[in-house]
Amino acid sequence: MATILTSRDVHVYYGNHEALKGISLDFEEKGITALIGPSGSSKSTYLRTLNRMNDMIPGVTVTGNIAFQGNDIYAPQTDLVALRKQIGMVFQQPNPFPFSVYDNVAFGLRIAGQKNREALDAVVENALRQAAVWDEVKDHLHDSALALSGGQQQRVCIARVLAVSPKIILLDEPTSALDPISSSQIESTLLQLRKDYTIITVTHNLQQASRIADRTAFFMNGEVVEVDDTKKIFMNPAKKETEDYISGRFG
Amino acid sequence: MNPKLSNKIANGALYGIAGFIVLILAALLGYIIITGLPMLNWHFLTTPARAFTAGGGIGIQLFNSFYLLLLTLLISFPIALGAGIYLNEYAPNNWVTNVVRTAIEILSSLPSVVVGLFGFLIFVVQFDFGFSILSGAFALTFFNLPLLTRSIEESLAAISNTQREGGLALGLSKWETVTRIILPAALPSILTGVILSAGRIFGEAAALIFTAGQSAPALDFTDWNPFNISSPLNPMRPAETLAVHIWKINSEGIMPDAKAVSSGASAVLVISVLVFNILARFIGKRLYQKLTSAK
Ligand SMILES: Nc1ncnc2c1ncn2[C@@H]1O[C@H](COP(=O)(O)OP(=O)(O)O)[C@@H](O)[C@H]1O
Ligand SMILES: [Mg+2]
Repeated sequence: MATILTSRDVHVYYGNHEALKGISLDFEEKGITALIGPSGSSKSTYLRTLNRMNDMIPGVTVTGNIAFQGNDIYAPQTDLVALRKQIGMVFQQPNPFPFSVYDNVAFGLRIAGQKNREALDAVVENALRQAAVWDEVKDHLHDSALALSGGQQQRVCIARVLAVSPKIILLDEPTSALDPISSSQIESTLLQLRKDYTIITVTHNLQQASRIADRTAFFMNGEVVEVDDTKKIFMNPAKKETEDYISGRFG
Repeated sequence: MNPKLSNKIANGALYGIAGFIVLILAALLGYIIITGLPMLNWHFLTTPARAFTAGGGIGIQLFNSFYLLLLTLLISFPIALGAGIYLNEYAPNNWVTNVVRTAIEILSSLPSVVVGLFGFLIFVVQFDFGFSILSGAFALTFFNLPLLTRSIEESLAAISNTQREGGLALGLSKWETVTRIILPAALPSILTGVILSAGRIFGEAAALIFTAGQSAPALDFTDWNPFNISSPLNPMRPAETLAVHIWKINSEGIMPDAKAVSSGASAVLVISVLVFNILARFIGKRLYQKLTSAK
């Protein structure tokens, strides 16, 4: 399988504080990679370097190389708008815009200039189906997305990202603000999407990682301790720290 | 003293104070509205004032008040919106921004008489606008700008950062995120702020006495060419407003029914301001509900 995203020796500094200490990770096309590790181990920091969401924090320095389909995303000529359409992001707290479900999902396309109603209708329906929330919202498309439950909101946010046809979807603890039922719905959504998208998800929940991820990377103190097939990480980790963490001895 | 008892006493005292304030307010409003009510009829609201004889109305003053309000908002809203957006979305957290914030704070606490005198020196004399609606609108802009800017800034600050991240993550530029997501989301609260400030502008007298002037020349309500001197739309004519009219009648009114006219005009003023306040709550709430479907 082809490699879609590579990162080489990535360091991130918040002011003088070195949060990421040289991360090198590659991601193959399609499938789910889980980033696990204790709080403060810089999982979010790493995830946010992949679509340059860290750029907006004052005082941040990023060094090293991150390439999407072979192109350095930190190169000066990078089109951030185009990049973020290719690499979408879903956050911990569901953040639908205070508009209707339809307008939320159509948002990215409308900004890009798509005005054709039929084309928008088709994309919105398709994205909501892919996010496995269509049946629940199809009769409320023109009601505010804020009236939905947290789990539905999160899936609408996933649909909003899918609507602009990304290649990669980054998720930062997408279920940690949700109840168990909603969480497992998000998990099954991700399992359906893994056939078509490259998914990188941060999770606190080790069971979740073991249920859905093809590969798992274990972060600690701003470094990747170990990255491997999920089965290998959970059944037979190479490093002692990994074993301690997954057996619940810390973190 | 045991905590339960002291809690009870504190509660009682707070209720007492709150009740007292409500009572004063109700008595004041009640008195103004009841004494003014007999005057309120179509004739009073539409005919021009009379200086020496009884039976004058407040038609022109009422129109002037609304026209001045409109002009003031037309000037101050875009500026306040720009300033509010800049301060909340773009301004770096440094000493320049702090100076600007402090300046706004100081400006907002200037007495309106001072704003009026400043407006007189600058707009009436220096720019030679004379006593005119335009001078008045500029003075009121100074009066209104700091509070409106603050209120818009606060409306924007109340929108969660997750919304901004959502926009940027979808590939929107910062400006697109602000105009397409943050502003619409803050609209109900911004609108509430604007309407509340409209109430303040509408009732303002001191800033207008030396700027919009104290005379209300006759208007020809069939002439809507803003360049004609008798046109209601002419921004260069002197324009006594309702609030200034009340002040003037009470200080130097010589018409026989001065007291009644003053009561009637006060009632109209107070009712208008009340309507602005109720409208602000109502529209803000409705808009918010529409946006969020929150019940
Ligand atoms: N915006 C920021 N400014 C300064 N320090 C930050 C910022 N975000 C994260 N950090 C620091 O970087 C480290 C990693 O944080 P984070 O990436 O959020 O970890 P995780 O997602 O694994 O819990 C922490 O020490 C945190 O305090
Ligand atoms: Mg995190």
